[in-house]
Amino acid sequence: MSAHAARGADHPILSVRHLSKRFGRVQAVDDVSFDLFPGEVLGIVGESGSGKTTLLRAVAGQEAPDTGAVLYRDRWGGLVDLHALPEGRRRRLHRTDLGLVQQNPRDGLRMGVSAGANVGERLMALGHRHYGTIRQSAHDWLARVEVDPARLDDPPAQLSGGMQQRLQIARNLVSEPRLVFMDEPTGGLDVSVQARLLDLLRGLVGELGLAVVLVTHDLGVARLLAHRLMVMQAGRVVETGLTDQVLDDPQAAYSQLLVSSILPV
Amino acid sequence: MSAHADSLAAAQTVEGYNFAYLDEQTKRMIRRSLLKAVAIPGYQVPFASREMPLPYGWGTGGIQVTASILGACDTLKVIDQGADDTTNAVNIRAFFARTAGVATTTRTEEASVIQTRHRIPETPLTDQQILVYQVPIPEPLRWLEPRERETRMLHALGEYGLMQVSLYEDIAQHGRIAKTYNYPVQVSGGYIMAPSPIPKFDNPKLHRNPALQLFGAGREKRIYAVPPYTDVRSLDFDDYPFDVEHWDTACALCGATDSYLDEIVTDDAGGRRYVCSDSDYCDRRRQAGDTGAAR
Amino acid sequence: MYVAVKGGAEAIANSLQLLAQTRRGDPQAADLGVAQIREQLGLAVDRVMAEGALYDRELAALALKQACGDVQEAVFLLRAYRTTLPRFGYARAVDTQAMAVRRRISATYKDLPGGQVLGPSFDYTQRLLDFQLLADGEAPAAPEDAEDPVAPTMPGVLQHLDRDGLIEPSPADDATETPADVTRAPVTYPAGRDTWLQMLARGDEGYLLALAYSTQRGYGNAHPFAGEIRLGEVAVGFVPEELGFEVEIAEVTLTECQMINQFQGSEAAPPQFTRGYGLTFGHNERKAMSMALVDRALRSRELGEQLVAPAQDQEFVLAHSDNVEASGFVQHLKLPHYVDFQSELVMLRELRRRFHESRYTREAAE
Repeated sequence: MSAHAARGADHPILSVRHLSKRFGRVQAVDDVSFDLFPGEVLGIVGESGSGKTTLLRAVAGQEAPDTGAVLYRDRWGGLVDLHALPEGRRRRLHRTDLGLVQQNPRDGLRMGVSAGANVGERLMALGHRHYGTIRQSAHDWLARVEVDPARLDDPPAQLSGGMQQRLQIARNLVSEPRLVFMDEPTGGLDVSVQARLLDLLRGLVGELGLAVVLVTHDLGVARLLAHRLMVMQAGRVVETGLTDQVLDDPQAAYSQLLVSSILPV
Repeated sequence: MSAHADSLAAAQTVEGYNFAYLDEQTKRMIRRSLLKAVAIPGYQVPFASREMPLPYGWGTGGIQVTASILGACDTLKVIDQGADDTTNAVNIRAFFARTAGVATTTRTEEASVIQTRHRIPETPLTDQQILVYQVPIPEPLRWLEPRERETRMLHALGEYGLMQVSLYEDIAQHGRIAKTYNYPVQVSGGYIMAPSPIPKFDNPKLHRNPALQLFGAGREKRIYAVPPYTDVRSLDFDDYPFDVEHWDTACALCGATDSYLDEIVTDDAGGRRYVCSDSDYCDRRRQAGDTGAAR
Repeated sequence: MYVAVKGGAEAIANSLQLLAQTRRGDPQAADLGVAQIREQLGLAVDRVMAEGALYDRELAALALKQACGDVQEAVFLLRAYRTTLPRFGYARAVDTQAMAVRRRISATYKDLPGGQVLGPSFDYTQRLLDFQLLADGEAPAAPEDAEDPVAPTMPGVLQHLDRDGLIEPSPADDATETPADVTRAPVTYPAGRDTWLQMLARGDEGYLLALAYSTQRGYGNAHPFAGEIRLGEVAVGFVPEELGFEVEIAEVTLTECQMINQFQGSEAAPPQFTRGYGLTFGHNERKAMSMALVDRALRSRELGEQLVAPAQDQEFVLAHSDNVEASGFVQHLKLPHYVDFQSELVMLRELRRRFHESRYTREAAE
């Protein structure tokens, strides 16, 4: 699927405007703006310390920015500022329309309860009260992310790192979100495990028409998943464009450096 | 609640102390909290709990509530584990007999105020009665989220998915919901509430009870209430409905088969028998001629 | 027939009798007078007053006697008494700068106006058991007068830093709001510093000591200096409504500790020292210093520091600081729980039955 096709919809699902965030004397994110369209995967790349994770946390509503707005277009076409929403509505959006896949699955999973309960949590939060149905959904989602459904009642700690990450993805997708934030979703995994997980992610994103903001330092991952790339350095966006363009013909000096030094052959 | 005037009239029962121990200002403060609690069923109202001459965890919340609503004309019953003659119940009853000089009783239907720890009497209550619960941990979400700031937020937003997750997990691991006491309930379709450590056997009695039910947690400084005839639903799943304990045996003393039974170890060889936890209920049945032996 | 905890009234009466007997001990030994406790076990009295949140040496001594020397039980007795006392109003904030100092030390300056005043202290006692005390104690001789008498009042050490802007201004300087009263309004989180200082002042000494100790051992980020510790007497002023002017109603002994802590600075504030504050009834430096360290740790959020240690966790620290609450709840496990236990028994038996059934079915199938 080309980025252009994915941008079939007229209106962006997410508009970030003039976002800034400072920690002490460090300007972590400096006046960043971008749009994301339904079905589009936007990769944010840069070295560690470039501000990409802080940007994601601010965009995903986990950390309040100092200035700027994160505008989300809901299912009915209305624009809401994620940081201006009352707590209740913001939390509701986060368990319905939005998803967040963290680099360390332990941060995104409830380690004290079974895989099934992890997947079923969003459904129960939305008021589902039939154990059998919830369990069936969890079962189906485990199968869909290629985790053996026989592991349904196992706690996450008993699953491998790759499986934990799949479980985290299932836990997010069960509510059929429209927009998912991913922070180094394949980081910390073996190369072979990474490859299969990337395949799975690519398939799911396409099937479900998800819009994704993906943060990664791995340009290989960015090339596989992202339609468009944003290159960050010291809190600022230094280049943005279609993935192939940015990776094959980087314009900014910093992008050239990044591509030449890190991109695996 | 009995008239405020009553308590003033009978003031100074024990030298140096006000009627029912607490000063009138404190009682007014507690009554205001009680009114708020009744107005918002199941909501935990923070109140400025006082130090009481009983240790925290031993019923200081219940005692403060009882002291605040007690009038000179009230008749008080105090039970612990269902029984009137357990040491803690005796102690609290004696406390009010001394500081308020009110009539006390062990008969459920004679009491206008019943303070309880861990049980609801078997004898049905009426709309002329108030049941005061002693509550150790008022927060039903405490074991899922220890932080007060967060639990208050979850209540405010009605965000109760986490509680349901814990029930789900019980079924996944044990084949059934394994909570046996302090079984969480939802009051009037709104707040989720800890019914205090009553056995789940008693949960159905919370539902549409004609009596006013008041809950006091002294150490945690919270008061909450279930007004008369209010819906109280025990949390469950559609396909795993709430149920209560059953015994295969009857009370060894009165033969009751509908009451909560205590298990008594009778010898070193594993011998045991079962008797009613509600001592008044058991006594009344025996007086009426029922015996365990006859069954 | 089964009785166990039933028939409680008589059992309680007998238990009280036994307790009274135990308290008195061997009647051959002279009865301990409350005045003796007040005068000769003064630091125990101080601790009971501090955690009991009531300044009354006589009653604190009585509580200690009645509690057979159990400090926490004595604290509880004093609190239960305190709660019944009528309130006339709030005293004026005491002025510890105007303290009649008996002891004042600073670990940050070798010498300073007013000097180092050692006063009474265990610090240099060498901790050798004094077997002379086994015999009847003679009243010890008074020490020789120092060449320079202690100044009637002395300025606080931190003023010297304050003047140069090296330490943050004392937050109390700009406090205009009426402070919270944790005995009259329930604490809600997040709590303000006025609230937590009150709770720490009433808090259990051992608990605060352990928390303070943890901040020094790397659980938290404390680099403290004992800027000043002072002990002495302070006048308590009160403005009766009908008079409209301040009258002195009491003199209390207080121990105050001003801790100085490093601070890295932020975008808004230059690097400077920050304060941790401890104040306690009576003479108790361990408590005052612990309180000051914990106070500083609790200020981490306000100062934008990383929250990583237990002592920085406000809800954790404050919710568990009161030993009357803690002791009651831990010991309530002595109360009968057999109704709940019975519920668990019923459930456990059922779960075990299912377990064995399903295993039996599995084995039969194999």
